[in-house]
Amino acid sequence: MTRELHSFPGGLQMPTFKTLSDQEMSILHPLPERLILPLQQHIGIPSQPCVSIGDKVLKGQTIARAFGYVSVPMHASTSGKIIDIGDYPVPHPSELKAPCIVIESDGEDKLFDIRPTNEYASVDPKELQDVIRECGIIGLGGAGFPAHVKLNEGVENAVDTLIINGVECEPYITCDDRLIQEKASYVVAGTRMIRHAVQAKHCVIAVEEDMPAAYAELEKLIDDDIELVKVPTRYPAGGEKQLIQVLTGKEVPSGGLPIHAGIVMHNVATAAAVFRAVTRGEPVISRYVTVTGLVEKSRNLQVLLGTTVKDCIKACNFEADENCRVILGGPMMGMHVTNPDVPVIKTTNCILVQENIPRLPEMPCIRCGNCVDVCPVNLLPQQLYWFAKTDNTEASQRHHIFDCIECGCCSYVCPSNIPLVQYYRYGKSQIAAEERRRDGADHASARFAARNERLQKDEREKQSVKEEKRIANQKEDKQSYINAAVERSKAKRALNKKTLEDTNKDD
Amino acid sequence: MEQGAFIIVIPMIACLLAWLMMPFDFRTNTTLRKRALVERLNALLPQTQCGKCSYDGCQPYAEAIASGKADINNCPPGGDETIRNISTLLGRDMKKLESEHEQQLQQHVVLIDEQICIGCVKCINACPVDAIIGAAKQMHTVISKACTGCELCIAPCPVDCISLVPVNVEIKKWVWTKPQPEFEVST
Repeated sequence: MTRELHSFPGGLQMPTFKTLSDQEMSILHPLPERLILPLQQHIGIPSQPCVSIGDKVLKGQTIARAFGYVSVPMHASTSGKIIDIGDYPVPHPSELKAPCIVIESDGEDKLFDIRPTNEYASVDPKELQDVIRECGIIGLGGAGFPAHVKLNEGVENAVDTLIINGVECEPYITCDDRLIQEKASYVVAGTRMIRHAVQAKHCVIAVEEDMPAAYAELEKLIDDDIELVKVPTRYPAGGEKQLIQVLTGKEVPSGGLPIHAGIVMHNVATAAAVFRAVTRGEPVISRYVTVTGLVEKSRNLQVLLGTTVKDCIKACNFEADENCRVILGGPMMGMHVTNPDVPVIKTTNCILVQENIPRLPEMPCIRCGNCVDVCPVNLLPQQLYWFAKTDNTEASQRHHIFDCIECGCCSYVCPSNIPLVQYYRYGKSQIAAEERRRDGADHASARFAARNERLQKDEREKQSVKEEKRIANQKEDKQSYINAAVERSKAKRALNKKTLEDTNKDD
Repeated sequence: MEQGAFIIVIPMIACLLAWLMMPFDFRTNTTLRKRALVERLNALLPQTQCGKCSYDGCQPYAEAIASGKADINNCPPGGDETIRNISTLLGRDMKKLESEHEQQLQQHVVLIDEQICIGCVKCINACPVDAIIGAAKQMHTVISKACTGCELCIAPCPVDCISLVPVNVEIKKWVWTKPQPEFEVST
């Protein structure tokens, strides 16, 4: 039975440049001297260090614990000594520093005591999720959402279809393609484990039409329990919502999650990581990274997390200088980094080195509508552009700016070279900043009100004490008040004397 | 003569009836509507209570805007964003911040130099949001999360131990830069 395929609106067909790097067998990147591991490599709350400077750690040992539910632990990529816990440059468009743990490798690469889980099929799905969480598995496709959260959704809701996403639609990137070709058995076994963890009725592995070698490898291994589907090559078919639309014809509503349509989706690399975690207890400490573009030898590397981008480029016989620019991720959605000393993290799928050509100047919008035709989520890019440009946050929210997946199709086709996606990113972060400012104002106004109330209460109390005194002075005759006090004191003294005499008598 | 009187009286009675038939709060709506407007304006202000607008706080400034006594561009901590929001609410044209004020581009908080502080409590009394803790002759310190950067505590300090420091930008609070095109359509 073959699945009937559907389509998504818009999208682009463009040169893929995949043959640059997908022919070569991947190689292990040599052990670097120093590894920089950011505490936040996933979406959610950063993990908390559980080692201190000077500690000796082994490969795979937990060095930072998950903090909160939407968080995962982090592990040492190799054995060595913790030489610093502090702020270092991390792969982020802001190019700001963030807390990292730095390990100096001892060159032995000695493995920590790791425990495999045998016979996953007999294990409770909940337990399987815990294993997956403890091994620090997050969505390795690029978004970096903790995998156990998506699995848990499956336990609470009925899952109709589990989709394993091997549709690597962005140009240049071939890390998933190579992973499937080299580790197809991991992917298939991991898929079965995830299926068990979410108790899915159906299970699909999707790859792109232009990945015939990967398709062939998978085809050898699957049985009737898993459907293998070839998806037509069109960017961004690998986007979560777009792939769901292609495979099922269902559209995930605005603000909704795939689980609301009975679907859970994971990346092929995540499936392979699940296999390693369950059968060997191996945490996520390395990944496939495509190094391509200008480099002399484009290929995929198996890189330990924390290795610098500069080292990866060097491993492909290239030295990045000011004549080229380095992009982490693909040419459509990736981010430009100026500092090549940032580390490879769990979500780094590609390092693309391009010639540093200055951007063509941005011209005025001519309302041609090309961007509308290619938008895969049916937004109105030119309207959103005007709203973001004029800081009209209310209107851009009304036009669903948060449904934009930042795929870059609109910027790609724009004849006026308008960096549309950058406008949307600016608009989105502006809305978030405005919300933070509003929260701050609410907080301040609550404190201001509490203070005023307190001051008023103090004032009222002061007044009432004054008033009482005044009334007391007026009402009572002062002399009689004094006399009464003298009487009371006399009586007390007499009583004391009497009790003293009584006790003396008893003695 | 009598007919002429009817011509005047009948429409008058009709008007009175129509007015009586209106819902009660619609009749008294001038005060109600104004109060609601003040509340909505106040919600758009940054609640620093800094008094830089020359009013005693955000609420009084909102009242002044609502009654037309103050212009909409006198709030430096709110900056362009606040002016834009108010202009949208009131249906007025966007304005630049009043030139006597300085545009605040970065958020600031105050910091007490604890080595110099003599514990005089003057800053504590000046803080509109109770963001300074301490007691008489004890060291004071600022709860930076609650500080709005209104600067009201700086002037009263007799030993000048309070300074204004910029808030560090974290990755979580970082904002993308807006593209600056070289060519703009002149309007």
